[in-house]
Amino acid sequence: MSLLGGGIFKGMAVTLRNFVGSYFDKERLTTKEYAWRTDGKLPERAGDYPKEEAEQLSDTTTVTHYSRNFPMLLHDEGEPMDTVRCVACQICERECPPQCIYIEKSKDKKERGGNKAQFYPATFDIDVSVCMSCQICVEVCPFDAIVMNSQFELSTPDRFGGLLLRRDDLLKSNDYYHKIHPEEAAARDKRIADEKAAKEAKKKAAEEAKKKAAEAKAKAEAEAKAKEEAESAEKPAEAPAPTHTDAKKEDNGE
Amino acid sequence: MGPHHPSTHGVFRMDVKLDGETVVELKPVFGYLHRNHEKLAESMSYLASMPFTDRLDYFNSMTNNWAYALAAEQLIEIEIPERAEYLRVIMSELTRLVNHVSLVGFFVNDLGALGTPLLYAFREREKILDLFEQASGARMMCNYFRFGGLRCDVPEGWLDRTREVVDRFPKFLDEYEKLLCENEIILSRTQGVGNLSKELAISAGITGPMLRASGVNYDIRKVDNYGIYDRFKFRVPYSKGEVGDCYDRFMVRMLEMRESIEILKQALDGIEAGPIMGKAGKVFKPAKAEAYGRVEAPKGELGFYLVADGTTQPYRYRVRPPSFINLTVLQDMCIGQQVADAVIILGSIDIVLGEVDR
Repeated sequence: MSLLGGGIFKGMAVTLRNFVGSYFDKERLTTKEYAWRTDGKLPERAGDYPKEEAEQLSDTTTVTHYSRNFPMLLHDEGEPMDTVRCVACQICERECPPQCIYIEKSKDKKERGGNKAQFYPATFDIDVSVCMSCQICVEVCPFDAIVMNSQFELSTPDRFGGLLLRRDDLLKSNDYYHKIHPEEAAARDKRIADEKAAKEAKKKAAEEAKKKAAEAKAKAEAEAKAKEEAESAEKPAEAPAPTHTDAKKEDNGE
Repeated sequence: MGPHHPSTHGVFRMDVKLDGETVVELKPVFGYLHRNHEKLAESMSYLASMPFTDRLDYFNSMTNNWAYALAAEQLIEIEIPERAEYLRVIMSELTRLVNHVSLVGFFVNDLGALGTPLLYAFREREKILDLFEQASGARMMCNYFRFGGLRCDVPEGWLDRTREVVDRFPKFLDEYEKLLCENEIILSRTQGVGNLSKELAISAGITGPMLRASGVNYDIRKVDNYGIYDRFKFRVPYSKGEVGDCYDRFMVRMLEMRESIEILKQALDGIEAGPIMGKAGKVFKPAKAEAYGRVEAPKGELGFYLVADGTTQPYRYRVRPPSFINLTVLQDMCIGQQVADAVIILGSIDIVLGEVDR
């Protein structure tokens, strides 16, 4: 320390450089402005955001494509409740660490997207004041029915009802999912398609094998019948003697 | 003092008996943030506790995840793929940068340097948190590790972005050191304040940078070589002096960040494409066994002790939090010091109340 207060001046120089730099250097500026409403105003009151705009916000630069907030229910193209993927198996309800999901299974079954009739969620509530955005529900879902939304503008003056998302609030289309998480959605769709293709290939293979087996059996039967007919036509019936090995097997068995 | 803001470290109260300005007796009072973490974990599946470990030391969710995964992986036989191991190291070292850089900011904040250094620190932290968000979907509560690997692979271009951040970080550290390390006010307020002797540190079970600041060369990354830490060349900074004051603790952390950058560079060079999840059964149901997994978290030794009884839930789940155990020497360090110094000493311990109270 040669000069008293030298260290302080050195530090001051750093702050000065940062202050000046903050006008030019992009590296020194990381603050992002809050997304504005389309009419150019900030919301005056909590929950003042129109619902559609709030949805759009999660598609703007405000959040990244990787961000997750609260879960949503996926449905394919068409009427939400006709194409909802959830079959109310309640695995997510059981696995949810903070126990924020409440599901009631439907009484009847409904056919969706060419699949066989399945149950659907009569009630599907998520209490987002309890949810901790951990994504465990997404991981355990065997039907790819629940994924994370990145919509964050959820503040509301109604503390209880407003923060309880009902089934119809949670239903979102697969297109919306593609919009907010393009990479993840593409990967998921690919996996579903692959799985489906593999399943169909397996089914086809099984069917073909079955067909082949049936054909072979029919052929063998036909041949045997033809042979029998030929034999019976050529000479009088000659009882086919049991082969040696067969006899031995029987002996051993006893 | 407290429970709100005896410094900026959360809800924590100190019962202080004073003689004028000098501390005669000090009793830490905590439990304001108690949320039954350990008992709660015994009533849910192994995996379901993973997001709760994020909330222990909410600055360092990645290392918390790792410690828990390490303990659980001992209960079942599972091989962790190479890429996952590398990513674990990268995440853990980035976490260390986040923790140390903001701790230093908070620490000088306690000294009265309100805002400026802390905000510089937060500016850099923001870049790393963005990386975390891209990888895991969340900035702080990452919930990224799984038994046998990681939840998902990092997105395309993530490693390049990480390299950019890592390469630029030393420049920021130079600036940060210039700003703080020679500052006369910091020197006079921290040197010789809150001394912790080597003997006391060892017998009290202190770990992490605080132990190294007291002159003990002990780092679990070197001792256990968990993960793949044996592949990296790095030094463990520790204080040579016998003093172990606040300045030592501050400097050890500054130096540790440089070493973290070295590890990060090596890991980013070494990482290759591959799977990120080992073959694990759908249901995690270990046989009867006990396991203790520990990592060198930025604050010290973070350990998870699990007792499995053959069901899908742990029979006993215990956390060994570094902040909590490091806090036990607070009184020894504060006695005979000024009241204003007690705040700095608390700051230099580096506690997070989420972890202390659990």
